[in-house]
This record gives sequence, structure tokens and C-alpha cells, in this order.
Amino acid sequence: MTAAAEPNVASAAALGAALHRPARSLWRDAWYTFTRDRLAVTGLVVLAVMVLGALFGPYLWNQPTSTIDFTKALQGPSFTHPFGTDDLGRDLLARVLFGGRVSLAVGITAVVLAMTLGTAVGALAGYFGRLDNPLMRLTDLFLSLPVLPVLLVLVYLFREALQRALGSQIGIFVMIVGVIGILNWMPVARLVRASFLSLKQREFVEAARCVGAPDGRIIFRHILPNALSPVLVAATIGVGGAIIAESTLSFLGLGFPTDTPTLGRLLFDAVNYLDFAPHWAIFPGLAIFLIVLAINFIGDGLRDALDPRRKI
Amino acid sequence: MLVAAACGQATPAPTPTGGAGASATTAPAARGQGGELKIIYWQAPTILNPHQAGGTKDNDASRLIVEPLASWGPDGKPVAILAAEVPTLANGGVSKDLTTVTWKLKTGVKWSDGSAFTADDVAFMFTYRCNADTAATTASACKSTASVTAKDPNTVVVTYKQPNANFYEWGVGTQDSIIQKAQFNDCVGAKAKDCPANLKPIGTGPYKLVEFKPGDVVSYAMNDNFRDPSKPFFKTVTIKGGGDAEGAARAVCQTGEADYGWNLQIPLAVLQPMLSAAASKCQFPSSYNALERITVNFANPDPALGEKRSEPDTKHPFLSDLNVRRALAMSANRAAVAEQLYGKPGGEAYCNVIVFPRSKNTDSLDVCKYDVAAAEKVLQDNGWVKGTDGVRAKDGVKLVINYQTSTNAARQKTQEILKADWEKIGFKVNITNSSATTFFTNTAPDGYAKFYADLEEFASSQDPDPTSFLEQYICEEANAKANNWNKNNIGRYCDPAFDAIIKSLKAETDQAKRDQLAIQANDYLVKNVAVISLVNRTAPTPNGFSKGLKGVKQSPFDSSLWDVMDWTK
Amino acid sequence: MGRFIARRLLIAIPTLIAISFVMYAILALAPIDPLAQFALDPRVPPEVRENVKRSLGLDQPWPIRYVKWLTSVAQGNFGISFMTHAPVADLIWQRLPNTLAVVGIAYVIGLFIALPAGIISAIRRNSIVDHVISSFAYIGFSVPTFFTGILLIIIFSIKLGWFTFLYDSRLQVRDFETLVAQIKQSIMPITVLALFDAAVLTRYVRASMLENLPLDYVRTAHAKGLGERFVVLGHVLRNSLIPVVTLVALGVPAVFGGAIVTEQIFHVPGIGELLVTSIGTGDTPVVAAVVLLFAVLVVAFNLIADILYAVLDPRIKYA
Repeated sequence: MTAAAEPNVASAAALGAALHRPARSLWRDAWYTFTRDRLAVTGLVVLAVMVLGALFGPYLWNQPTSTIDFTKALQGPSFTHPFGTDDLGRDLLARVLFGGRVSLAVGITAVVLAMTLGTAVGALAGYFGRLDNPLMRLTDLFLSLPVLPVLLVLVYLFREALQRALGSQIGIFVMIVGVIGILNWMPVARLVRASFLSLKQREFVEAARCVGAPDGRIIFRHILPNALSPVLVAATIGVGGAIIAESTLSFLGLGFPTDTPTLGRLLFDAVNYLDFAPHWAIFPGLAIFLIVLAINFIGDGLRDALDPRRKI
Repeated sequence: MLVAAACGQATPAPTPTGGAGASATTAPAARGQGGELKIIYWQAPTILNPHQAGGTKDNDASRLIVEPLASWGPDGKPVAILAAEVPTLANGGVSKDLTTVTWKLKTGVKWSDGSAFTADDVAFMFTYRCNADTAATTASACKSTASVTAKDPNTVVVTYKQPNANFYEWGVGTQDSIIQKAQFNDCVGAKAKDCPANLKPIGTGPYKLVEFKPGDVVSYAMNDNFRDPSKPFFKTVTIKGGGDAEGAARAVCQTGEADYGWNLQIPLAVLQPMLSAAASKCQFPSSYNALERITVNFANPDPALGEKRSEPDTKHPFLSDLNVRRALAMSANRAAVAEQLYGKPGGEAYCNVIVFPRSKNTDSLDVCKYDVAAAEKVLQDNGWVKGTDGVRAKDGVKLVINYQTSTNAARQKTQEILKADWEKIGFKVNITNSSATTFFTNTAPDGYAKFYADLEEFASSQDPDPTSFLEQYICEEANAKANNWNKNNIGRYCDPAFDAIIKSLKAETDQAKRDQLAIQANDYLVKNVAVISLVNRTAPTPNGFSKGLKGVKQSPFDSSLWDVMDWTK
Repeated sequence: MGRFIARRLLIAIPTLIAISFVMYAILALAPIDPLAQFALDPRVPPEVRENVKRSLGLDQPWPIRYVKWLTSVAQGNFGISFMTHAPVADLIWQRLPNTLAVVGIAYVIGLFIALPAGIISAIRRNSIVDHVISSFAYIGFSVPTFFTGILLIIIFSIKLGWFTFLYDSRLQVRDFETLVAQIKQSIMPITVLALFDAAVLTRYVRASMLENLPLDYVRTAHAKGLGERFVVLGHVLRNSLIPVVTLVALGVPAVFGGAIVTEQIFHVPGIGELLVTSIGTGDTPVVAAVVLLFAVLVVAFNLIADILYAVLDPRIKYA
């Protein structure tokens, strides 16, 4: 077995390298690489601005989000209403700021949930041969269930209970995030499992196993960083999807109450007015696009930064 | 069914002329001159047998093929279709004791396959739909009918079990369309469900079926055997289904891909630019008869009650207080809802409960006038005091309202408009909505029938006679777990004084007095805010048709396509 | 490999039964009444509605209905639709060609855009070309299809009047003229879907390429003096296509599932439209059949993806 001889060489080389350099953690390395990436930093700045805007914007631009005034309906952008007004004469800047807050929270939390679930299932299935079949059949099950009835049932079973346990707003938030997360982890699980299947046969994993690394360490330190790339792509694509999915839920009457503006919902409401009041759709649409753009830049940067092969 | 008199009873029915709306067409039109009539239904027809219909769309799509003895005209009076004339007390067609109705049929009418239409076919319709195993959706008239028999090939006698003031219950309207005996003879009872004829019925109507893709498209061709040699004008008809109301409106008003669009109930702000644009291709005829209203829950929907939740024997903590209901009604901006969301094509602001006859007494009532300050005063004067959070309360009961409805752009905007005013005067309003299909499921937890909320909004249309509509506010109709939430009194309103009015209304046979009693009942409900009416909407549905289309006479009591043979271009 | 496939096929049967059971339970629990349409119609009183429900067999407990349904499906009979009273299989066959003609073609076009775009984007990483392609991709998946659909209708149907947006399923392509008509009526929905598919796939292709570019074997190939073009096309592409091929295979069931929003906007009577309306009207036999069909495809294509993996990537072994 040639493989048996190699680990010693590899670990000896690693040992030698470690002796000659001051210790640097994976994360500090990653941060170093990340900050060298202009686009990633731009993305981070844009996202930070949007998060700050969503958090503090409503205090700075303190127009009400829900005062109805038909005399001001469907006005284009102006000084008093920089983003214009909607069909009930409500200020759209205020609604976009408030909506951004909800949408960012929903989008990011739901994607983190979906990715965590998917990665966990995929990693377990790919690494432990015994678990592969049952977990992948579970994935098949989730992939084939019809989304709409599942949503209806989930909402009927949990909406009231959650609202009572966590309060009306947080209850709905947890439910929506949970629903989007539960319905979107499957492709990630497939991707991660595929990477794991391929990676666990590689030399460096065998090497790690030979030096007696426990399964947990192999999964987290050796395989996962190499399998992260597709997860990050899926995650960055997913945020936009989750923001839109939330609006679809509202449309079905399963999301936030209609008087809570969210970016997806603003866009959805505006779509039928596109011919004569395009400003209504443009600003929330632009906001979603910027969020997706920023998160993708950050995701790309992270991918490079966390790629073990790109170190040094 | 209910004992109810049709409008046509008091005033002698007009001597029926030939076909429906024959006088409406101005230009003399010849059969088959027009090309294709393109109709769009955003809910696609799925079956063409009206007795197995799953919704209005199916009734309408079948109406081009099969026809009833008479239709409900725009004024709520029957118009003869397959009947030679409409039977009345005056012409002797209706017996003095109101138990038998004798229908004379037009002679020489043929089915589209060339065979003769006879009284046997009419009598067969009774056998067919009144067989419980047929499970016809049109079976409601069976309860009060003893028999329908063919006296001779051109005469049908309908016998009711009891004197029936609503003597047109059998025979008038799309629900009573006549199917061919020869075709459906083997489809009675349990065999009715998967009978192939359901998808390709033969009829006497102006069109016959060419192709039917359920849930997608129906194509029709002119029926060469149609009884009126000058009709129909259009050679072929297509009903395309699917999409949504906005898309259908675009197809009729903007691209002109369709000549007629069914039920284009979309917010006025979207519709108005389509209508007023120079290039607009559409118009909306409007006749109002569908009441958009807020039903008030008189029972207690508190989840803590468990099984007893919203049961009729519980009492709502604050909506049982007339002052609170009055404050809600007085601060409901009906005009804004009607003018900003519905407009002329969609409906008019309305404060009454019944549409026919229309009460004038309510115009002066304070509960029908929008006055936020007065509404606030009612609460203030009656001990409902504002707390630190701005929500009024009395004896520890807070005015926190859950207001639910079905998912629909106009309804969600209505919710927001009303909520804004109600929160001004010290209510806290939470609004929710659920998709129409679940909202209108009687056993759904957030459906209209269980009513686990304080207020809810929906609409329904009314018969020419208001009795059945008014009956949904009597005690015995109250929805409850015991009747599987299958009754009509959704608000669980119960008032012996009101029940007494309805009792005398049902016993009365003189039409003038009936109208008076109906108005009295209407005024009683409005004064006591048993329900908050908002908009009298277009009925049967707000349909848009292309500007070139002529001869359309919409009837709020019958199918949108009842007069399709008279349409020209 | 043969044993692996045989075993997976055997496991597929209980998997499908489990899926169908969970699905049936969900459908039974979801509070949807097939007669909700008539809820407020005074001419269809509650007792009539209850009678109709009884005739549809809805008065029986759902586990019994499930067993009955499963037995008849096992005999190849998918039952009768509640709404149209026609055999469910007929309805599906009627819809499938429309879905394939729109969603299927869009998927293929999306793929043909994504492959070159993703490859170029990865090779010319961080160049202007890469940024342009990536930006298009970001727009592609941050703008929802309901938005692009309406936008296209407003521009091309209403303002320019070039295309119709009511899809006519009766049109049969027989000659050049009907072909043009078919293209005219399906070009907008295909564009909407293809843009979305292309955007997502481009990102995956690009990521997969980037994954392989810095690997040892590429360095070796370069060191051997092979040309850039040969290295990329001959070595990198082959390896980076492995995950892409499986991704594409896994996306196929979704093609058969249809595209709900786009089908609705453009009135394409496809499977997605059928599923949504059937769910809305509580037409359980249709929903159950479509979901089962979808589940079969998911299970089958997961198996195909796994086989492709093993065939294309010699490092993967299935025990």
C-alpha cells in the first residue's frame, strides 16, 4: 500500500512547515484572504449599509408606513416621497426601509437554516455509508411532496401554537423561516453528499484517518472546508429565493399580515401597476437585487478565503 | 327549501315574446355571420353538465349548449327560453292553490343531433337530478317538488308538495338546464359520476361542442338546429381558461385577445387606467346584486374556550355591546372602499342588507354615515376608555379585533382602509387572510364558517326574492359544531324580535306587504348593526367585454352567458 | 454496479409507498373542500353539498380512502377526477405536452446558455466578461418570474403587439406557418424560464469549474506543456461537469412538475397549473396522481444521478 507510506511524509512536511512559521488559524487566514478581495469587501460594505439602513432607517426617515391618503395615490418620486407612493398613498421609502428589515431577516435566517440542515444531512449521508440510504430516501420524500398542501398543513398545525408561545410577530417570523428552511434544504443535502462521497476517497482524508483523526475532526476539519463551495453557491442563490418565497407565502395568506410590508410583497403588489407606476416596483426590486448582489460577492470571497488549497 | 315568492308574482309577468332579449339586438343579424367569439375565464371550466358543476364557470360553459325552460331576466322576472310562455297566475299556468305549474314548450325545437326535444326530456331532468345517488349540485329544488310529468309532448306539469309561493323554483335559471334523456338515460344514480356524457352534452342551445379540454379550453360551433334561424351571430366560440383576473382583464382591455372576460374583479387602480386609456378595448356593463359585507361575531371566539369557541351559546365580550358595533359601523369608510377600490365597474357604497327591494329609510341613519369623531364619541360616552397603549377598554375588556377575510387584493386593501380608521378611535385591529379555497371550506380552522375571529368579510349574491337572504340572520340558522358549521347564520346573530319579522314575512302572500316586511327586516338589521354592509357589488360578476361587442344584456340573477345567442359584433 | 442498481430499485418501492402515504395524509389533513366554490351560493344549500361529498367517497376516513386508492393505483388505475369526472390519467396526458413544450425547452435552452457562460466566466475569472455574465446571473435569480413575465407581456404584447400571451393548446405544429405560431405563443414563457434556469446553472457551472482549475492534475497538464485550450476542454471541463451533470439530472423532475407561476401568467395549461388548481379545488385524485408521478421521477432521477456519478467519477465507489 503506497497510501500507507504517504501520510508520514505529508505529516512530516506539515510538521516542518509548522515549525518554521508562527501559528495562524484557519479563520485568521480566511479573513486575510477575504480582505484582499475587492469585490467581497464591496459586497460586505453594501450589505452593511443595507442592514444599517433597515435597522436605523425607519428612525431617520420617520414617515408612517401605513397612513392612507387617496389624494396622494401612485405619485412618482419627489422630495416629500423620494420613492413615490403606492395605490393607497403611502410613502414607499418608509415601506421599503421597513420591508428591508423584515426581508433581510427572513432571507438570511431561512437560508442559514436550510444550509445547516442540508449540510448536516448531506455530510452524514456522504460520510457514513450506513446512513446514506435512509437519509437520501428522506430527501427524496421531501423533494417529492407538493409544496402547497404541505404549507397549508404546517401553517394550520403550528401558526396558532407558535403565536401563542412566542408572540404574534416573532411567532409568524419563526414559522415563515421554518417553512422556507424545511422546504429548501434538500438540494444542498444532495450537493454536500456528492462532495463527501468524492472527497472521502481522497488521499488527504485517508491520511487523516491513518493518523487516527476521529470522524468528527475529519468531517469538520478536512472534508467540510473542501465541500463548502457548492453550499456557498446554493446559499447565495437561496437568499434572493427566500425573499421572494416570503412574498409568495403572503400571497397565499400564510405569511406576515398584509399590513406588514416586506420587499417581496411590495414587488408582488406593484407588479400589476408596472405599466403606469413603475416606481413602485423598481425600488423594492432594486433593493432585492442589491442584497443578492452583495451576498453573492461576499459568498465568492468567502469561498476563496475558506478554500484550503488557496492558502498562503 | 324556503317558501319564497318570486318578484314576478305581484306585477303580472310581461307577455313573453319569442326568445330572450330578442328586442335587444338593433341590427338584423344573420346566423353565423360573425367569426369567432373569444371568451376568457380565469377559472377554467372542468365539466359541461350543469347538474354536476363544480362552480359558476361550469354552469356558464354549459349554458351555451343546454338551456332551461326560462331564464332570470335583468329585472328578476323569468324570460321564456324553451317554454312557449312563462306560466303565471294570470294566464292560468300556475294553479290558484300554488301547487301545480304547467309549462307549455315551444314546438319544433330540436336537439343539436337532430332529434326532437319533448316534454319527456324535461321530466327526465327531475328523475336525474333528484336521485340522491346522482349527487347533483342542482338538487336543492327537489326537496319541495313532488313530481314533474310530461302531460303531452309539449306540456310539462310541475307539482309541489305544498303550496309554493316561489313557484318558479323548478324550471327557471341555469341550474335548471334540460339535458337530453337519450344521452343521460344510463347516467342516473351512482353511474352519473363518471358518465362520459358529462364532458360532451348534447343540447338545444345556440352552440354545440367541438372540443373540450377540461381545465383548459372549450371550443364550440354553431348549432345548425337552433330554433331561431337568425341566431347565433358568431360562428364559433372559444372559452379559454386559466390565469388570473388581471391577466384576463389585460387580454380583453389591452391586447384585445379576448372579446369577453369573466369576473374581472381587480382593484380599480389597476382597472381604471386600462379602461380610460385611449387604446382601451373594453367596457363593463354593471348591475349590482352582490353584498360585500363585514359579518360581526356575536359568539365568543376566544381560543381559551376550547370546544365552546364561537359556539352560539357563548357571548362575545365586546361585540355584543351595540355601542361598540355602532362605533365600528360609523367609522367604516364605505365611500372610500367603493370609490377607490371598486368604482363603477365594481360596485357602489351600500348600507342596506337586502338589494331588492331597496330600503330608503336607512339613508338618514347615523350608522350609515361615515363620521369618525361621532364614532369615537359613542365609545367615550359609553365607558370605553383609552388605555396608555391607545386601546380602549371597559371592565378589563380590551377592544382588540381579529378581522379575517379571503385572499384578494381588493379585500386586503379594504382591511387596511378600515383598520386605519378603527385604530384612530381606539380599537386594535389584527388583519389576516387565507386563500379563498380554505376560507370557504366549512371545516377549515381559519374559514368563514367556524369564524374563529371577531369580524370577517365576504360577499354573496341574492335571489330576486330577499327571504332566503334575510333568513341567514335567524336564531335557528346559527352555525355551530353540532351542524358541522353548515348553516347560514355565520355571525350567530340571534334576536327574537327579528325572528318574528321573518316569520310573518314567510307567512305573507301579498307582494306589497311582503316588500314592506322585507324592508322592515332590513332596517332592523342595519339599526342593530347585525352586519356591516360595505359595497353592493356587480352581479353575477364584473365582466368586461370588448367595445365592438353588441347586444349584451347582463342579468344579475342568471348566468353571465345566458343571452350569448343575442351577442353581435 | 448491477447489484447496486437492483438494490436501489427494490428500495424505491417502499420509498414511493411511504411518500404516497405522507402525501395522502397531508392532503386529507389540509382543510380544503371540493365544494367551497358553492359555499355562499344560496342555490346550493349545505345538504346538497354534503350529499355530493358523500358521493365522492369523502365521508369515509382517509386511511380507508388511501388503501383503496393505493390498490387501484397498483392496478394502473389513477381514478376519476372530482371536478371533471374524467380519468385522471387523461388529464395528465393532456397537460404533459404543453409543459414539455414550454418548461422542457426552456430548461434545455437555459442549459445551453449556462454551459459556455459558466465556463468562460470561470476561466476569465474576475475579468470584465466574468462580471458581466455574473451580473446577468444575479439579475436572473433575484428578479422573480412573476415580474419578468408581466414585464414581457407589457412590452411585447401590449406596447408592441408582437406576441399573444394566451397560450392556445389546440395549436398543432404541422407546417411552417403553425411552427411560427407556436414560436410566437411560447417565446415569452420560454424566455422567462430559460433566463432563470440559465442564471442558476451558470453559477453552478462556474463554481464547479473553479473548484477544479487549481487542482494538481491541471498543474500537471500545464507542466506537460499542454495548451490552455486543451487543458480546459480536455481535463478541467470533463471533471467539473460531473457535479453539473448530476445537477442537471436532478433538475429534470422539476421540468415535468411544470412552472406554476409562469404557466399561470401565460395561460399555459401545463402540469403545474393542473396541480395548483386541483389543490385549490380539493381534487385529491388528481393531486395524488401528479405527486406520485413526480415522486417516481424524483426517485428515478436520483438513482440516475448516482449512477452517472459512479460512472463518470472513478473515485466514487458504491458498496
